[in-house]
Amino acid sequence: MASANTVQVRHQADAPSGGASGASAKSGAPVLSVSDLVVEFPLADGQVVHAVSGVSLDLADGETVGILGESGSGKSSAARALMQLPPPTAGSVKLQGKELTGRRGAALRTDRARMQMIFQDPISSLNPRRRVKDLVAQGPRTWGRKVSDDDIREVLEAVGLRPEVVWDRRPHELSGGQCQRVSIARALMLDPQVLICDEPVSALDVSVQAQILNLLEDAKKRYNLSVLFIAHDVAVVKNISDRVMVMYLGKVCEVVPSSKLVEEARHPYTQLLLASVPEMHSSSSGAGSGVGGSGPGASGVSDGQGSATSVGSVELPSPINPPSGCRFRTRCPLATDLCAAEAPMLRDLGDGHLLACHHADSRHAGSAGRGEG
Amino acid sequence: MGRPLLVVENLSAVITTGRGPLTAVDGVSLSLDRGEVLGIVGESGSGKSVLARTIMGLHCSDPRFALSGTVKLDGRDVLGLEPSQLRAMWGPEVGMVFQDPMTALNPVKRVGTHLVEAVRKHQQVTRRDAVGQALDLLDMVGIPDPRRRINQFPHQLSGGMRQRVVIAMALANRPKLLIADEPTTALDVTVQRQILDLLDRLRGELGMAVIMISHDLGVVAGRTDRVAVMYGGEIVETADARSLFDAPRHPYASALLAAIPSLKGAPHQRLAAIDGTPPDLVMPPSGCRFAARCDAVHDDCRVQPPQLIFDGTHGTACHYPVNPLISTASNTSGDT
Ligand SMILES: Nc1ncnc2c1ncn2[C@@H]1O[C@H](COP(=O)(O)OP(=O)(O)OP(=O)(O)O)[C@@H](O)[C@H]1O
Ligand SMILES: Nc1ncnc2c1ncn2[C@@H]1O[C@H](COP(=O)(O)OP(=O)(O)OP(=O)(O)O)[C@@H](O)[C@H]1O
Ligand code: SF4
Ligand code: SF4
Ligand SMILES: [Mg+2]
Ligand SMILES: [Mg+2]
Repeated sequence: MASANTVQVRHQADAPSGGASGASAKSGAPVLSVSDLVVEFPLADGQVVHAVSGVSLDLADGETVGILGESGSGKSSAARALMQLPPPTAGSVKLQGKELTGRRGAALRTDRARMQMIFQDPISSLNPRRRVKDLVAQGPRTWGRKVSDDDIREVLEAVGLRPEVVWDRRPHELSGGQCQRVSIARALMLDPQVLICDEPVSALDVSVQAQILNLLEDAKKRYNLSVLFIAHDVAVVKNISDRVMVMYLGKVCEVVPSSKLVEEARHPYTQLLLASVPEMHSSSSGAGSGVGGSGPGASGVSDGQGSATSVGSVELPSPINPPSGCRFRTRCPLATDLCAAEAPMLRDLGDGHLLACHHADSRHAGSAGRGEG
Repeated sequence: MGRPLLVVENLSAVITTGRGPLTAVDGVSLSLDRGEVLGIVGESGSGKSVLARTIMGLHCSDPRFALSGTVKLDGRDVLGLEPSQLRAMWGPEVGMVFQDPMTALNPVKRVGTHLVEAVRKHQQVTRRDAVGQALDLLDMVGIPDPRRRINQFPHQLSGGMRQRVVIAMALANRPKLLIADEPTTALDVTVQRQILDLLDRLRGELGMAVIMISHDLGVVAGRTDRVAVMYGGEIVETADARSLFDAPRHPYASALLAAIPSLKGAPHQRLAAIDGTPPDLVMPPSGCRFAARCDAVHDDCRVQPPQLIFDGTHGTACHYPVNPLISTASNTSGDT
C-alpha cells in the first residue's frame, strides 16, 4: 500500500545506516536506532490510515528523548511499532544493533527483551487479579528465571513503594500513582536498556506526576536507562528530556535539545504548541480577545514569527487523507504554494537541532536540506 | 452590584457508599457576583465535581446524597426546589459543560437536534426559528460552516468541535451562570487554548458568571477573577487569582504550585513532589486534612481543624500559613 505519499516521505530521512536525521546528541553507537518508520492501518473500506510516515531517530546510551504532539499525531503508533506490537509497515528498528523488524516469536522476544514499555492508564494495564509481588516478578518468571523476595523488595523500594505495605495488594487497592510505580518496577525487573513511556503521567495529578517524574530520573541514573518519553504536556516533556521530537500527523516537524526548546524552536507547529501552554503566573480575566486571537496568553514565547499563535479553529486533518506537501500547511500561518507542493525535508541546523519547514528562518544558515534533489 | 448571583453557605454532601458515609463536600461557603469568574482547583477526588453538581441541584433527588447547607442562586434556594422547578432553572439560570462532551451528546441525534431541543425546552418558538437560533449558536461558538455541521452526528466531529457544541447547548438560553467542569481536560493543548479563549469571549459578550473547575492550575490562572483551592472536600484557600498564584498561603496550595514543571526551568530540574496521598473521605483525619503530607505540620494541626479565616478577600484554612500576611492586605485588593 505504498502510496505516492509514503514514497515521498522516504526522502525526508537519511539512508537507514547513517541514522543522521536522528542525530543523537551523545557520542557512541545509539542504543536504539529507528529509520524511516512507517505505520499504516488499512481500513475495511480500502482506505489507509497514515499514522506514522517516515520517522527516524537515534537514542543514545543514557539519553531521554521526548515525543511531543497532539492526539492522533502517531506517537503511540510509533512507540508500539518499535516494540513490534504490531510491527511497522516499513522501516528499520535496531536495538543494540540488532534488527527487530521481521523477527517473530521467540527470536523477537529475546532480541526485544531489553526494551520495555509502560502505558498511560496504570490501573488497566495491570492484571487485576494478581498481587503486587507477583505482578513485579511476572516478567522474569515467564523467562524461567528465579526471582527471590529480596529482588522484589529491592525493586519496590527503588520505585518508592514500601514492600510490606503493597506486597499482597491488587491493582484496585492502589492509587493511580502507586499503580504506575508498579508498572515501572515490572519493567525494571527485566533489566531494560530502553524504556518507552507512553504518556505515563497524563492520567495523574500534578503532585503524583512530580513523584513519578522524579522517580524516572532516579531510575534512569540507577539503571542506566535510555528513555523515549511520550506526552502532550510541553513542560513535562521539557523537564524529563534531553531532546524533544515534535510530531504532527505522523511526521517529524522538529527535533530540538530541551534546553533550547523555548528559545530556539522554530517550526510553526512547535511554536503553536508553546504558545498554547497556559501560563501560570499571569492573572485577571478578560485575556481572551476572540477565538484564536493572539491574546496576552500567547506572549512569553519568543517566537520570531509571532503569527503562529493566531491559528483559528482549524483542527487536525484526517490521517487517511493527509494534506499534500507539508502536513501542517492547513493550519500554518506561513504556508505558501511550495508547502502544498513539496514536503519539507528534515534539515540539520547543527547542535542537535533538526527542522522540517520551508519557511521558518534558519539562524544557523547554510545547512541545506540533505538528500534533496 | 447588589446582591451576589450565587451564595453557597456551609454546604456539605455526604454520599452513602459500601464503606460507609463519604463526605465529598464538607462545609463549603462561597459567593459569586454577576459576571464574575471563579476557578476551583484541586486534585482528583477533592470534591470539585460533587460541589458543582450539588450547586446545580443535580444531586437533590438522589437518595444516596445527604445534602446540608444552602445554595442560593439569584435569591432562590436551589436545594429546596422541586424537580420540575430545577428543570426550568437548568438552561436560563445555569448551564453546565462537562469534561467529556459525549456525556452531554446523544450519539444518535444530529448536532442540530441537540440545539433545537435545548432552545425549545425554554422558548416558545417555531422549529424554523429554533433552527435559526441553532445556526447562530454554532456560529457564536466558532464552528465553521454551521449549515453543514448542523446535520452531522456527534461522532463526525472532533473532540474540540463536540465541546463547542456542548457549550452552544449550555448557552442556548443565555444562563446567568455557567459551570464548566474540566471543560478542556480531554482536549489537546492547542484546542484547549481555543476553547478557553471562546469561553472568555462569550463570558464578556453575554455577561454571565462562570465557575471554571480544573485540576490544572495553568488553565485557571489567567482565566479567572478568583480562585478556590479544594482539598479533601474543603476549601483550604481562596483569593483573587493573582495573590493566590503569586503568594499562596496554604502549604497545600503552595506545594501544588511548586510541583508543576515550568517551561522556563532548565531540563532535569528536580520537581517538588508532594509525598503521600489525599485523605480517605470515609474516615477523614480529625485535625487538618493535609497534616499527613504537610512540611509545616505542628502537633496541634493534627488535633484542631483549621477554619477558613479571611484577611480581606484572602481566605486561608491553616494554623501556620506560608507567606503570612503582615497586615499588607490593602496591597493585594487592587482589582476585583
Ligand atoms: N489500530 C488502528 N486502526 C486504525 N487506525 C488507527 C489504529 N491505531 C491508531 N490509529 C490511528 O492512527 C493515528 C495515530 O494514532 P496514535 O494513537 O498513534 O496517536 P497518538 O499521537 O498516540 O495520539 P494520543 O495523544 O491521542 O494518544 C490516529 O489517527 C489513530 O486514529
Ligand atoms: N456517585 C458517587 N458515589 C460514590 N462516591 C462518589 C460519587 N461521586 C463522587 N464520589 C466520591 O466523592 C469524592 C469527591 O469526588 P469528585 O468527583 O467531586 O472529585 P473531583 O474533585 O471532581 O475529582 P476529579 O478531578 O477526579 O474529577 C471522591 O472521593 C469520589 O470518589
Ligand atoms: S513547510 Fe510551510 S506549511 Fe509547513 S510548517 Fe513550514 S511554512 Fe508551514
Ligand atoms: S494547619 Fe498545619 S498541617 Fe494543616 S496545612 Fe497548616 S501547617 Fe500544614
Ligand atoms: Mg497515544
Ligand atoms: Mg471531577
